[in-house]
Amino acid sequence: MSKNSVVQVNNIGMTYHRLNGEIEAIKNIDFEVYQGEIVGIVGPSGCGKSTLLSIIAGLIKPSFGEVLVNGKKVAGHSEDIGYMFQSDQLFEWRTILQNVLLGLEIQGNIDEKSIRAAEELLDVYGLGDFKNNYPNQLSGGMRQRAALIRTLVVKPNLLLLDEPFSALDYQTRLAIADEVGLILKKEKKTTLLVTHDISEAISLSDRIIVLTNRPATIKDIIQIKLTCPEGTWSPINCREAPEFRYYFNKIWKELDVHVK
Amino acid sequence: MSNKIISKEHIEYLETIKRRKRTILITQISVLVIGLTLWELAAKLNLIDTFLTSSPTDIWNMLVEYTQNGDLFHHVGISVLETIVGFTVGTVLGVIVAIGLWWSNFLAKVLEPYLVILNSLPKTALAPIIIIWIGTGYTGIIVTAITVSIIITIMNMFNSFMSVDEDKIKLLETFGATKFQILQKVILPYSIPAMINTLKVNIGLSWVGVIVGEFLVSRAGIGYLLVYGMQVFQFDLVMLGVFILAMISALMYKSVSIIENKFIKWHK
Repeated sequence: MSKNSVVQVNNIGMTYHRLNGEIEAIKNIDFEVYQGEIVGIVGPSGCGKSTLLSIIAGLIKPSFGEVLVNGKKVAGHSEDIGYMFQSDQLFEWRTILQNVLLGLEIQGNIDEKSIRAAEELLDVYGLGDFKNNYPNQLSGGMRQRAALIRTLVVKPNLLLLDEPFSALDYQTRLAIADEVGLILKKEKKTTLLVTHDISEAISLSDRIIVLTNRPATIKDIIQIKLTCPEGTWSPINCREAPEFRYYFNKIWKELDVHVK
Repeated sequence: MSNKIISKEHIEYLETIKRRKRTILITQISVLVIGLTLWELAAKLNLIDTFLTSSPTDIWNMLVEYTQNGDLFHHVGISVLETIVGFTVGTVLGVIVAIGLWWSNFLAKVLEPYLVILNSLPKTALAPIIIIWIGTGYTGIIVTAITVSIIITIMNMFNSFMSVDEDKIKLLETFGATKFQILQKVILPYSIPAMINTLKVNIGLSWVGVIVGEFLVSRAGIGYLLVYGMQVFQFDLVMLGVFILAMISALMYKSVSIIENKFIKWHK
């Protein structure tokens, strides 16, 4: 079976104009993401990773090139795309269930069936008892899980995760990254994951795109093949794979980090 | 949170909190009672000149007199009505203008310096102009009250609209929200706390507008009572007016607090 490409990024570039000059954020970015794949994007801080995601999401227009999602050129918003942010961005004045239904509400797809589907997702991922609670009554990890469900409820073809765990404390972050990895695999979601955590990228991704400093170009695309320990697969277990260190060192060197 | 086994220490802790609350309330009431008693005593013992300071019983007698002949309800009713109309219209118009500014960045930038100047200007200075333009009836007084509260409403609400996290808006955009949906789903609900604070401030400000308006032109209202009492040197009447004003504004403030608790469930 040939690989089905979900995202085609064709040679895009982005230049921002400011009063004190222009900033070239990214250039000559060219890659594809296939059905069911999780692709990690790592790069030095401020290299334009978020710009890249925003372009793929259709929120900003690239200066050059084009992005195709499911063969269609991205122009403005597309219902095929779900976006997850650094912080959960749950609305404090809505209950968890109301938060989760936000996307459906905006797209005018709210009915009994969709509400039931949302409630089922909440049940499956352990938030069923909290659906009538307000976000500030939940822990950071639960909130981020609710945010993921909010993204999944609209049934996007492609998930864009923009450093989705970086606002969490380290232990929660490990646990949630693990959970999200399992959820993504279970729901078979094609995903682009931007992160600055190399270990997180290796444990979750099928492939990793390494970006250079600004203006960001692709330095390398690495296929990740981990021999995960026997038993149930999970991103956290896969950190024990013998290849893990090798990938880590390789990416670390490629990132070429210097503290100035 | 209930149905848990509560330790003895916890019960003691709760008791301490309760006791402290009660002590604070008792002290608050005592301050009032002692203050009034001292005032009354000083007046009765001729330590102070009641012509200039009045006394609690004189004010009380004045209250009884004005209540019995119905004048009080007439004056208070008019002022309250003017304030409520001024307050409501000022707040609603202010919010509408703020939405306009949020909607059009160009408009916001153009109006910015004017708003800043209007905001720092004491609005009561405009009262004579307004009364000359609008007339000396109730409308003139209400418009004065609106002028006092509308600018701060615009500024507060617009600031709150603009302080919504960019990512919250971006999130709605990824769902394909229209600008109107962004306003409806995030900008306005996010701004409810700011709205309630503005309401609280506006109660006081609308009263300022109404009283100043009544000082200038009216034949009725609490402001009129105050000026009349001063002119005929009936100090009891002036004090009565001030007390009633304090009571009513406290009552209105409390009503907003009740609305606040109803609306903002998620705060707790």
